[in-house]
Amino acid sequence: MTTWRSSAVELGKAFRNRSVKVADVVAGLWAHHDQVEPQVKSYLTTFQSESLAQAQALDIQFDRGDALSLLAGIPIAIKDNIHVSGVPTTCASQILKGFIPSFNATVTDRLQAQQVIVTGKTNLDEFAMGSSTENSSFHTSLNPWDTSRVPGGSSGGSAAAVAAGQVVVSLGSDTGGSIRQPAAFCGVVGMKPTYGRVSRYGLVAFASSLDQIGPFSRTVEDAALVLEAISGVDTHDATSSPRRSESYYSNLKPTVAGLKIGVPKELFGSEIEPGVKAQVVAALDLLKANGATWEEIAMPSLKEAVTTYYIIAPAEASANLSRFDGVRYGYRDSEADNLRDMFRRSRGGGFGPEVKRRIIIGTYVLSSGYYDAYYTKAQKLRSLIVRDFAQAFEKYDVIMTPTTPSVAFKLGEHESNPLAMYLADIATIPVNMAGLPAISVPCGLDQGLPVGLQIIGPAFGDQQILNVAAGFQELSQFPTRFQSPVMRSAQ
Amino acid sequence: MTVFEVVIGIEVHAQLKTNTKLFCGCSTQFGDRPNTNVCPVCLGMPGALPVLNRRAVEYAIMAGLALDCDVRHTSVFSRKNYFYPDLPKGYQISQYDQPICLGGHLDIRVDGVKKRIGITRIHMEEDAGKLIHQGSDTIAGATHSHVDLNRACTPLIEIVSEPDIRTAQEARLYVEALRQRLVYLGICDGNMDEGSLRADINVSLRPVGTEPFGTRTETKNVNSFRSIERAIHSEIARQTQLLTAGERIVQQTRQYDEATQTTRVLRDKEESHDYRYFPEPDLYPLVLTTQWIDTIRAMLPELPEAKARRYRDAGLSEFEIDVVLTEPETSQYLDQCIAAGAVPKDAAKWVVGDLNSVLKETKQSFKESKITPAGLVQLLGLIQSGKLSGKMAKEVLEKCVQTGQLPDAVVAASGATQISDTGELVAVVDRILDANLDVVEKVKSGKTNSADFLMGQVMKETQGRAKPDLVRRLILECIARR
Repeated sequence: MTTWRSSAVELGKAFRNRSVKVADVVAGLWAHHDQVEPQVKSYLTTFQSESLAQAQALDIQFDRGDALSLLAGIPIAIKDNIHVSGVPTTCASQILKGFIPSFNATVTDRLQAQQVIVTGKTNLDEFAMGSSTENSSFHTSLNPWDTSRVPGGSSGGSAAAVAAGQVVVSLGSDTGGSIRQPAAFCGVVGMKPTYGRVSRYGLVAFASSLDQIGPFSRTVEDAALVLEAISGVDTHDATSSPRRSESYYSNLKPTVAGLKIGVPKELFGSEIEPGVKAQVVAALDLLKANGATWEEIAMPSLKEAVTTYYIIAPAEASANLSRFDGVRYGYRDSEADNLRDMFRRSRGGGFGPEVKRRIIIGTYVLSSGYYDAYYTKAQKLRSLIVRDFAQAFEKYDVIMTPTTPSVAFKLGEHESNPLAMYLADIATIPVNMAGLPAISVPCGLDQGLPVGLQIIGPAFGDQQILNVAAGFQELSQFPTRFQSPVMRSAQ
Repeated sequence: MTVFEVVIGIEVHAQLKTNTKLFCGCSTQFGDRPNTNVCPVCLGMPGALPVLNRRAVEYAIMAGLALDCDVRHTSVFSRKNYFYPDLPKGYQISQYDQPICLGGHLDIRVDGVKKRIGITRIHMEEDAGKLIHQGSDTIAGATHSHVDLNRACTPLIEIVSEPDIRTAQEARLYVEALRQRLVYLGICDGNMDEGSLRADINVSLRPVGTEPFGTRTETKNVNSFRSIERAIHSEIARQTQLLTAGERIVQQTRQYDEATQTTRVLRDKEESHDYRYFPEPDLYPLVLTTQWIDTIRAMLPELPEAKARRYRDAGLSEFEIDVVLTEPETSQYLDQCIAAGAVPKDAAKWVVGDLNSVLKETKQSFKESKITPAGLVQLLGLIQSGKLSGKMAKEVLEKCVQTGQLPDAVVAASGATQISDTGELVAVVDRILDANLDVVEKVKSGKTNSADFLMGQVMKETQGRAKPDLVRRLILECIARR
């Protein structure tokens, strides 16, 4: 039976042949949501009544036999750093208090043009800075597999909502792993497209040269369907690629046999927990048993990726977050008695500690006298990472790594040690540095918690990694094998 | 006493005359209601991104070519970081270490002698918004301040000169020549009142004959030619006094105050910002193809120097050339007259003289002049053929400028052509001579001045339409015959 548990592809078919009503699915979804949201806390805002009204209107269109898109009526949640015109964008920060964007993000525009049903805005680490949603100034979201653990981050709300069955698909943003890491922790599919494949217009910038919007889903087909809808050149984003976008869903072709896989040994040693590594090896061997080959390769620059990232990303962030100054929108301190004081107190009161930490780091590395030692050097290292990947892709079709070094950690586990938290992104960060596409798919359980397999492709090889992910999905049947307890337990 | 040499370098900010802003589609119209020409991009809304205006790039290339610069195939936009309420993003997108143009020059004429001023670089950047303070001229004393972001994100080029300028007069001539060139290119309206062109002036002094530069001060946003000269004079006097008294110049940013005609300190070097420039990640490096640069080169309009040469060859005086070249539309008007067959010198006489003043009286520009270049050529033809005297032509011109009629039509309507028909005039002359026989006698006895009286009578009789030199000749002939 087709219900809120189903994939977008299944729902699309059922809406079309009228075996199920959009309104029933949406109502069922909210009933489930009301049960599980107190445990998971995925959302910051929900649009329950609006989505029900929209569902009823869509049913009339389906009944009439209107030609609607494959995404019409599909419930989708959007990370709360991506604009939906007319409703608050908070970035989980106090500094955006009262801010309501007057424009849609390009991705929102494109999805709404396909008549998706936007269910709400999901939780995140403040300004997407973090790996657990613990840096949200509102609340921490919880992992649907174990609510004493984090869902990952920064797009933790979007990942948890999909894993908990609160929504069919969702959007996140990924600067250093913010889609793939929570996807791995929550046992769902999460994809970061090639830099420039999806417009960043309307995404509140964290690090502009690294940010990319991408989908969460429970199946690879759904990820392809959403990516197809949101990708393509945008005149509002000068970094969006003019390259023609592909029909990722209709062109999806599960691919395993003959595949040459490289596994960087820098991300396959002691930095990866044994339980995680065991699951990834099992996945690689499953692929091998079906005609692929894999071997370890050396990519020495990957070791420097985290360090490099924590110079470049904060540098860009320090400038990107300057616009939050209390002058035009958001939080303004009312006690200040002069201009400089107003700037200081508004920013001091509006930003949380992790955001402040990164602004300070970014300001420092760009300061005169330090710029060359940090920023210039980081840019050089970045080009080495790009080169290492380019060389690897001369020999291998895809590169695979564990998405994360460990399974989801406990709430508060890294509270006193931000550096340990930063290492959660050790395998995902290099991909952003090189602007490549990568997808995380569930590949097993360690201590009863999901493990993610990261599939990395060459630039604009988005279709290719979706094909490989679809091939792995066929073999492992992960969508039915790995359902979160919160989703399973529902009636 | 030590004699000092003055060293001046000037940074000119010129607003490019594009219809839309540098990174968004908003209008650049000056003087609209505050905050009406704005959008998420120029308001610095979260999530908005800059997209470079192609026309602005073309204009910057034109400026570079017209100043003999090396137009770079790759240039890079950077972020210049500082907080101020008129700067919506908290950073200005500007070009820093890789500007669009390097190394050009501009020649000026100082008392008839050519002097070459080097251009270090030209870079592109966005303007900031405007603050309107209430209760004070500055933000410090204001009860509150309003922010108008209409100007935010309008395209500017900054043209940086080499420290080749030595006097206030040279500084003024340099900025005048630069303004004229940009206006001729059609890339800047040159309106200093509206801030479309503003100069930052660096002044330092060094003992004559020495090489190293002295400590300089920068005077910001000087926005009239007169202020440029005055600000420099004042700064030279101030620095000379300090140095002569054995004191040191402090590196400062200063501000010119028109009321006192002096400069005052804005901030010391210690207070100067660390702008933390870094490459703007929202924009890829700007790559210009040779083909594009060449296309723009081919489309460059004729520049003032070339025009002046052409006018000089056609016999115009230096004064006429100066007046004609002040505004591009004036020389355009003259060129259209010449193209329509006018003798350059004749047309220039009217363009610089009567037409210029009549247009000023009626508050018309040459562009909107109701007498078209074709009309003026027609008028010149009427003078040439003797149908109009100079005086009559001026009256016809005034009528044309008021009504928009062509000279032919004005003349036909009033019937007021010059009488140059000898037969017609001889009858009038005879009649006047008959009535003034005593005067005729005086003329005959050698008092030729008395002929003037007769002439006046003839002109009166013909209501001024008689051609004066012809009348004079006929009077003398008729008297001789008697």
